[in-house]
Amino acid sequence: MGIEGVGARVARKEDKRFITGAGRYVDDMVVPGMKHAVFVRSPHAHAQIKKIDVKAAQAMPGVIGVLTGKELKADGIGNLICGWMIHSKDGSPMKMGAWSPLAVDKVRYVGDAIVVVVAETKGQARDAAEAVEITYKELKAVVDATKALEKGAPQVHDEAENNLIFDWEIGDAKTTDAAIKAAAHVTRMKIVNNRLVPNAMEPRAALGHYDKAEDHYTCWTTSQNPHVARLVMSAFYNVAPENKLRVIAPDVGGGFGSKIYIYPEEIVCLWASKKTGVPVKWVADRTESFLTDAHGRDHVSTVEMAFDKNNRITGFKVDTIANLGAYMSLFSSCVPTYLYATLLSGQYDIPAIHANVRTVYTNTAPVDAYRGAGRPEATYLLERTMEAAARELGVSPADLRRKNFITTFPHQTPVIMNYDAGDYAASLDAAMKTADYAGFAKRKAAAAKQGRLRGIGMSCYIEACGIAPSAAVGSLGAGVGLWESAEVRVNAVGTIEVLTGSHSHGQGHETTFAQLVNQRFGVPIDSVSIVHGDTDKVQMGMGTYGSRSGAVGMSAISKALDKVEAKAKKIAAHLLEADEGDIVIENGEVKVAGTDKSLPWFQVALAAYTAHNLPAGMEPGLKETAFYDPANFTFPAGCYICEVEIDPETGTTEIVQFVAADDFGNIINPMIVEGQVHGGIAQGVGQALLEGAHYDDSGQLLTASYMDYTMPRAGDLPSFKVSTSNTPCPSNPLGIKGCGEAGAIGSPPAVINAITDAIGITDIAMPASPSTVWAAIRAAK
Amino acid sequence: MYAVNYHRAASVAEAAKLVKNGDAKLLSGGMTLIPAMKTRLAAPSDLVDLSRIKDLQGVKVSGKTVTIGAATTHFDVAKDEKLRKACPALAHLASLIGDPAVRHKGTIGGSIANNDPAADYPAALLALGATILTNKRDIPADKFFKGLFETALKEGEIVTAVSFTAPAKAAYEKFRNPASRYAIVGVFVAKGKDGVSVAVTGAGDDGVFRSKEIEAALAKSFDAASLNGVKVPAKTLMSDIHASADYRANLIAVMAKRAVAAANA
Amino acid sequence: MSDVSLLVNGKRVGGAVEDRTLLVHFLRENLGLTGTHVGCDTSQCGACVVHVDGKAVKACTMLAVQTSGSTVVTIEGLADGADLHPIQAAFKEHHGLQCGFCTPGMIMTATDMINRHPEGLDEATVRAELEGNICRCTGYHNIVKAILAASKTMAKGAAKGKAKQAA
Repeated sequence: MGIEGVGARVARKEDKRFITGAGRYVDDMVVPGMKHAVFVRSPHAHAQIKKIDVKAAQAMPGVIGVLTGKELKADGIGNLICGWMIHSKDGSPMKMGAWSPLAVDKVRYVGDAIVVVVAETKGQARDAAEAVEITYKELKAVVDATKALEKGAPQVHDEAENNLIFDWEIGDAKTTDAAIKAAAHVTRMKIVNNRLVPNAMEPRAALGHYDKAEDHYTCWTTSQNPHVARLVMSAFYNVAPENKLRVIAPDVGGGFGSKIYIYPEEIVCLWASKKTGVPVKWVADRTESFLTDAHGRDHVSTVEMAFDKNNRITGFKVDTIANLGAYMSLFSSCVPTYLYATLLSGQYDIPAIHANVRTVYTNTAPVDAYRGAGRPEATYLLERTMEAAARELGVSPADLRRKNFITTFPHQTPVIMNYDAGDYAASLDAAMKTADYAGFAKRKAAAAKQGRLRGIGMSCYIEACGIAPSAAVGSLGAGVGLWESAEVRVNAVGTIEVLTGSHSHGQGHETTFAQLVNQRFGVPIDSVSIVHGDTDKVQMGMGTYGSRSGAVGMSAISKALDKVEAKAKKIAAHLLEADEGDIVIENGEVKVAGTDKSLPWFQVALAAYTAHNLPAGMEPGLKETAFYDPANFTFPAGCYICEVEIDPETGTTEIVQFVAADDFGNIINPMIVEGQVHGGIAQGVGQALLEGAHYDDSGQLLTASYMDYTMPRAGDLPSFKVSTSNTPCPSNPLGIKGCGEAGAIGSPPAVINAITDAIGITDIAMPASPSTVWAAIRAAK
Repeated sequence: MYAVNYHRAASVAEAAKLVKNGDAKLLSGGMTLIPAMKTRLAAPSDLVDLSRIKDLQGVKVSGKTVTIGAATTHFDVAKDEKLRKACPALAHLASLIGDPAVRHKGTIGGSIANNDPAADYPAALLALGATILTNKRDIPADKFFKGLFETALKEGEIVTAVSFTAPAKAAYEKFRNPASRYAIVGVFVAKGKDGVSVAVTGAGDDGVFRSKEIEAALAKSFDAASLNGVKVPAKTLMSDIHASADYRANLIAVMAKRAVAAANA
Repeated sequence: MSDVSLLVNGKRVGGAVEDRTLLVHFLRENLGLTGTHVGCDTSQCGACVVHVDGKAVKACTMLAVQTSGSTVVTIEGLADGADLHPIQAAFKEHHGLQCGFCTPGMIMTATDMINRHPEGLDEATVRAELEGNICRCTGYHNIVKAILAASKTMAKGAAKGKAKQAA
């Protein structure tokens, strides 16, 4: 590795603009003539819209337009869709209820958009929004997924009887039931995975601009995947044909999944721009974000894990109810199915697995992928159950896990996945060593002397990343392929632009991707520009989520680099009168191996563009495109250990140490990878200790601001001890597995295992807030 | 935020005049009022900014008497050397309010005039038996705080300072709401020549209050051990998604115990 | 409407603004200083922190007109020409940022924190002082590291400056 190559801890190129206040986020964009939109949203969780009167609002100062769903429908704008078809076990397709970008006759959750007001200033738009008069007939609401399935529960969509969207299964019920019946021991649990609000620090925003002269639309939006946004807005929402719609996702302030989806607001801003003749900008307030960003998790499951007399797992049976909220968000159906139940084997050799999943409509915000997406839910079930089983069986949690680890690869699980590489014991050993696991008993005794409860918990997670082989996901119902694209443009002076379909919203692609190019051609990373986030500049791409940009996005770049390298070598061989096979590229020089003959890199590039002396028949130029479709998922894995101390008088939990030992395959920039782990752990610890979306029975979101939704702050967390022990991924050219979600996947069960260990109880609800912990201690007495 | 007219007062007298405009409100640090205006929960026609009035600034200690100008920021209260000698508990309390940026703007007068049931200062002033000075009169703390967001202040009346006699011993212990970081329970204990008083913020369903149970136990002996086994009734305590009334009752006893230990340290 | 006049990043600025204009909107919309961000409605996230008269404040919880006559420094005014401020440099060196949205507020808070603690900082103090700044990306690990490192660098710089003066 060079100082800027693969494996180097290179400081980020993109930082300069962020640390000087020069980042360019959607809300920073100004277009001449731009006006401001405010949405009128439903204050009710469930109601019929009887009448919408916009007359008073239209007469307010500064108002340019007050637009309703009826007008939107009249202009042919389509309903929002879920892009992944799931069939119930009886073969019937999922029951998708209609989701109009502006509600027409019914609202289904607090925050449902009904009317948009466009005015000269945001203040005036807000004044006018208050003047819109809407008459509702309130209906009974249901917020709890289990209750929504009960007979007589309020019906959210006519299309889904009893609010059931689909009833799906995976695995073999018969063999699993038989394993449970024959088991020497069965551990049974009911496990709740709490609902979370993603809370990227930059609120969602959209700026729609219709250019009448060109009959062309531009949308600046806070998106993780601008091309997918364009595709969906064009093909399904009829905003405009793709060639007349440019989507730009500039600097985006975090996503964590919540900015994958196409929401009503960007569609409405584009449509409203045409309707009113002015560019229209909308920026969410934080409370609007709480109400309308797609939430995460919200599962209730029962599990049964069977063991033989040697404590080997013989079967795992899961029954899950997943709350999808009021509408099916873009990828909501695949999260509690293929991103979830396919990971129920964890790191363990389990011969029989069966999972049944029912997804349910409720009068709450739509639920979709949030950092980890299904995999945290699967890991939480497995790792909570393993911990409980170890305690029931009277064996050490580490030993029980170790005994059941998969040790040979490839390994086919009973739930689709084929693990290609891993060394789970290596991560477990590393984590236990760093945590001084052996010294825990002493530390616990010392804490007890101070009147504090000390506990330790571990979690051995696996995830499927590198999403995903297109044909495989296509066969499972995906509406799109999940390849990635890259174009590598070598300029005539040897500098390089890489156009990628990945999108960076904090991941540091401008640096990491440039390191890959540096590794190949020795070009300084300052001479490599990464271009992303603009459908007019970059070829079709699939965007960034599911820890895919390293494994898939960079593999596409690698493929394009292969093509550039091959052509450059041909040109160099021709110029140096050498055999193509003898050409090597090192440190910015193109050399003939074993000789002193060489050319600087830029001369090869220049030769490609002057085209004065190219091999016979060769096209001029040095620019190549590649599309990479992964051969398999990738399988990052690791072991997390959390140690806590609880103040029994107040129930306050302090994380005294948090250890992460991960296997991410090959790593391009360890500094950035560690940063991803830190952030993921904070979100996982947040889920376990602090965060939880809370609706009251009438469907009002009680946690709709930072006054009530607990965000992890610096004082809630320790410094983390992170390390990696990597097995290269055999399924992609770079050996990368992905690291973006691991922290959020592995940490919640480690924290809860530690807390239940400290208190001496089986389970505690997340978030284990001080009051919850205090109550649990009291109940345990 | 709705439209509003801003006025910067140069003196208390000018402020008193300006506040008679329309539906005017007094603005000090603005740490509660401005957020309320942003969400349109408050809609004053006029704002009268008190924060630049010189007479309202600063901490004075003369003998045992402490006087703090109403527009003194939490930051200035927390770092005031004279106060840290005379009543370190109050300086410490100020250092626990909000965050550094909030402490740079928020003021003691603004805080008590707003009387948020989870604010910190009301507990201190009640326990210290402080007097709230206004441009019209002096009001004892136990007459000043009246329930949730209610005070004895009359329309247009301006808090100018608070004053109290430094106690022999005092301490404040706060248990934060994990989200808002306001007090779920804050307990101020003070031992002065008139005995022990203990005031609780964040917990009462009618705002700040004195805990008779804790005071009775400490009257016997001002010692943390005196509170062993003391139960605080939960009946009149708040219950919300962050803390049940029972939990708050427990925290009052625990925080009181810790405060006494700190006061004796 | 009121006429305001203030010094922002060393430049005299002013004009007529609606009284209801928040300082953060004045900076962003009137002056084009978009480095100061809005991340919440409840004065908690700290993405909008700037310095007014030398103290860190939340620009989303102040009216522009309140700052008339004041001196304001924003993230855009922190660096000395082309040279990064030591805290900006430390955030880059220690990877104290990811998406960059909370970063301006974090850096302005950190600057204020270090200024108020010339005696130096420890991890617990830094974490406590970050109470009013929320980051969703970094888990704070590298932010804390960056602030501790910057505090040391700046203490050294100050010591050197003093030594120079003494000489």
